[in-house]
Amino acid sequence: MANTSTDAAFVEFERVQKSYDGVNLVVKDLNLSMPRGEFLTMLGPSGSGKTTCLMMLAGFETATHGDIRLGGTSINNIPPHKRGIGMVFQNYALFPHMTVAENLAFPLEVRKIGKSEREEKIHRALGMVQMNDFAGRRPTQLSGGQQQRIALARALVFEPELVLMDEPLGALDKQLRETLQFEITKLAHDLGITVVYVTHDQTEALTMSDRVAVFENGRIQQLAPPDQLYKKPENSFVAQFIGENNTLMGEVKEITNGTAIVQLDGGDLIDAVPVNVSKVGERTRVSIRPERVEMNKERLKPGAKTLKAEVLEFIYMGDIFRTRLRVAGSDDFVIKTRNAPDQERLTPGTQIEIGWLPEDCRALDA
Amino acid sequence: MSNALNQNAENGPVMAADGTPLKRSLARALRRQKGRALLLIAPLLIFVLVTFIIPIGSMLFRSVENDIVANTLPDTVQRLASWDATSGELPAEGVYEAMYYDLFVANEAKRHTRLGSRLNYEESGISSLFRQSGRKIDDLAKDATKALESAVPAFKDGETWYALMNAGNDEANAGLLSAMRGRVGRLNDSGASGDMEFAPSALMADILPLTTRSYTEWAVYEATQEERDPATRDPWELVPLALLQELKTADLSGLSGTRAELLTQAQAVSFDIPPYSEVLADIDPEWGTILPWETIQTHSSKYTAGYFLNAVDAQKTPEGYAWQPEDKQILLKLFGRTLIMSMIITCSCILLGYPVAWLLANLPASKANLLMILVLLPFWTSLLVRTSAWKVMLQQQGVINDVLVWLGLVDDANRLIMINNQFGTIVAMTHILLPFMILPMYSVMQTVPPSYLRAAKSLGATNWTAFWRVYFPQSIPGIGAGSILVFILSIGYYITPEIVGGTKGVFISNRIAYHISSSLNWGLAAALGSILLAVVLLLYWCYDRIVGIDNVKLG
Repeated sequence: MANTSTDAAFVEFERVQKSYDGVNLVVKDLNLSMPRGEFLTMLGPSGSGKTTCLMMLAGFETATHGDIRLGGTSINNIPPHKRGIGMVFQNYALFPHMTVAENLAFPLEVRKIGKSEREEKIHRALGMVQMNDFAGRRPTQLSGGQQQRIALARALVFEPELVLMDEPLGALDKQLRETLQFEITKLAHDLGITVVYVTHDQTEALTMSDRVAVFENGRIQQLAPPDQLYKKPENSFVAQFIGENNTLMGEVKEITNGTAIVQLDGGDLIDAVPVNVSKVGERTRVSIRPERVEMNKERLKPGAKTLKAEVLEFIYMGDIFRTRLRVAGSDDFVIKTRNAPDQERLTPGTQIEIGWLPEDCRALDA
Repeated sequence: MSNALNQNAENGPVMAADGTPLKRSLARALRRQKGRALLLIAPLLIFVLVTFIIPIGSMLFRSVENDIVANTLPDTVQRLASWDATSGELPAEGVYEAMYYDLFVANEAKRHTRLGSRLNYEESGISSLFRQSGRKIDDLAKDATKALESAVPAFKDGETWYALMNAGNDEANAGLLSAMRGRVGRLNDSGASGDMEFAPSALMADILPLTTRSYTEWAVYEATQEERDPATRDPWELVPLALLQELKTADLSGLSGTRAELLTQAQAVSFDIPPYSEVLADIDPEWGTILPWETIQTHSSKYTAGYFLNAVDAQKTPEGYAWQPEDKQILLKLFGRTLIMSMIITCSCILLGYPVAWLLANLPASKANLLMILVLLPFWTSLLVRTSAWKVMLQQQGVINDVLVWLGLVDDANRLIMINNQFGTIVAMTHILLPFMILPMYSVMQTVPPSYLRAAKSLGATNWTAFWRVYFPQSIPGIGAGSILVFILSIGYYITPEIVGGTKGVFISNRIAYHISSSLNWGLAAALGSILLAVVLLLYWCYDRIVGIDNVKLG
């Protein structure tokens, strides 16, 4: 298994399709390969096919077409219990009639591992999630966060190389979620395991993953590291799904040297980076992150195009100010500014001028 | 530290804002809520109490109630108490006399046959002894009456008797009157407190105690039970008999006027009264044996364990407790059979119901609904129809035998006997009770998320291990609930065993029904029912100890 060519593609989906009813495809032509040790998140709205992909990998669903490979061998016909994949469920799925220790012993017992070795492994796994004091408890006597830690320990105790997590933090409160996000990431990197993580929470996806696969409508819309995904969304779905985003509709007027000039529906002209527009005259959706919008003309390039805007609402949010503007006919154009001492507070009705660096503005599909 | 000191400054109970202890003001606040909650459940509570708990309680009380002997033969029972049945001697003459008088009154009130039936449960043959004796008991009294009336015609007139016995101007014996009211009331199972003008004369009660007593008893009976005025009617023939008997030795010197005149005339009547032991032995020679006396004495207490002893094939004898004769021992066997067959039915329900419940819980909703309808279908068919259908299926010329013969699996001459035996009862009852097993199992299985099985498989368990170690333990509460339901239902089932059980496949409940409606031995039926209830409670307790009642869920 030390072979680097299989390491490059430890988990592979090749042309995988899945249909439940023979009419609609839930997963359409999925191609994905991930190296050993990677933390990959499948992110998408519900019904986008991400959980189905996870279930096919775990063996609870069979692919209608295509090949799923693990470590170079096809696992299409291997039943789930022989795949040796650890799995963490959203509702924890801890067996309520067994104690924590018995839950952890279960995967070891079915593998016929001796008692002393079993106990040592359980002790080590519980230690990893700091739950050694709870070995004798029943799952119902634990809080949600504690249960999820035990579920994690149970998925790791038999030392699988691949661990699947199906929205494991979905039922927890925000603070606990953030703590566990950090712990799971650290544990995964320390143990060097490969993780496929499913979530619909984009913050979770961005903070935890090496790479994120954004699912929509049965397809991967973009597969990229978190910073790429945020900075350079490849289509308007990804742009809107990841982070907050302002969009303006318009038409491409000119494309030169990697810069496009777009005429907005209001008539104004702006600069943008053409991402998936290629022809002059094409409809486009222009996207700008709220924090990249500038009100201070001195920070813009000389000759940069600016737009008139009217302040509609000013919201104080502590670390930042959030200002809603009317720009080029759109009423929900938002900008975010840092709460700095010199930052002026705008009052509704004020007329200002805004602009941005052309590379922050991306012309995407309409 | 200072904070804690402030809070408990007075170091006493915590006070509410108005200074009352917090506990009391909390109790007051909750009292209204509790009262309102109680009002809400009151209609159901009253309904259950009136229609369920009280009737069942009074029914079960019959299993120990035994005042009929002492109420029907009060004097006899009292006098018999000192008699030693094991001595081999007959009771004293006084007992026979008391029996004659008691039996005469019981015969007039038509209560002697009931007593006969009651004692017949303990000693067969006694019933006919009492019926027989009732018919002939008044022969002697009629002779005495005739002798008295022909000698002193005034006694033909009821008013003479009334004037003789009524207190009128002299002192009344209130104690005697209320004692007789009590006797008559108990004898007739009703109150005897109606209005009446008659009061026995204390003077007469002194001189002629038995006569006065008998007359008073008759007068009370006449006034309260028959609702007729005793002043104008002839008393029972028992009264002239008592008079003639007592006049033989009575001292009439304390009397004067009409009373003295009448009684002196009556004293001259010569009428021989043989010893009552002979009188009774003439009526039925059995009175001359120890057996009936022994039976009456043994079962004369107000409360008895006799029915319970009968229910477990034992009986009470003068020497203590003993088993019934071999050929009468059927009830214990029947209890055992009922328990074992109920267990077999419960087990077969589990085996047949579990896969169905699993399917119901795991099929997609549309198919599960169809299956659910199939499960519930039997509920929409009459129980009698379903049971009779099994008769058609299982009988020797029935569908199953026909098919087996046609297939050549069974020889036509040796068709299987599948009905009117235990097999028939088990098959039909399993079918009828199956929904009661499936439904609780289904509702529990529904609450087991499929992710448990997936988790088990992802941890490396095969399908079987995942089922056995993860799914099955979580479905046990459903099995428990279904088993309790089916077992308790089947242990008291009546109709199905009655129809398909023949003689070998009937349950204890069929015996209870027999005693309720045919033999009319309600005491024994109540005892059997009480034992059945106790067995169920005992099993429930065992179940709680072994499995834990928290592990029973109906959904």
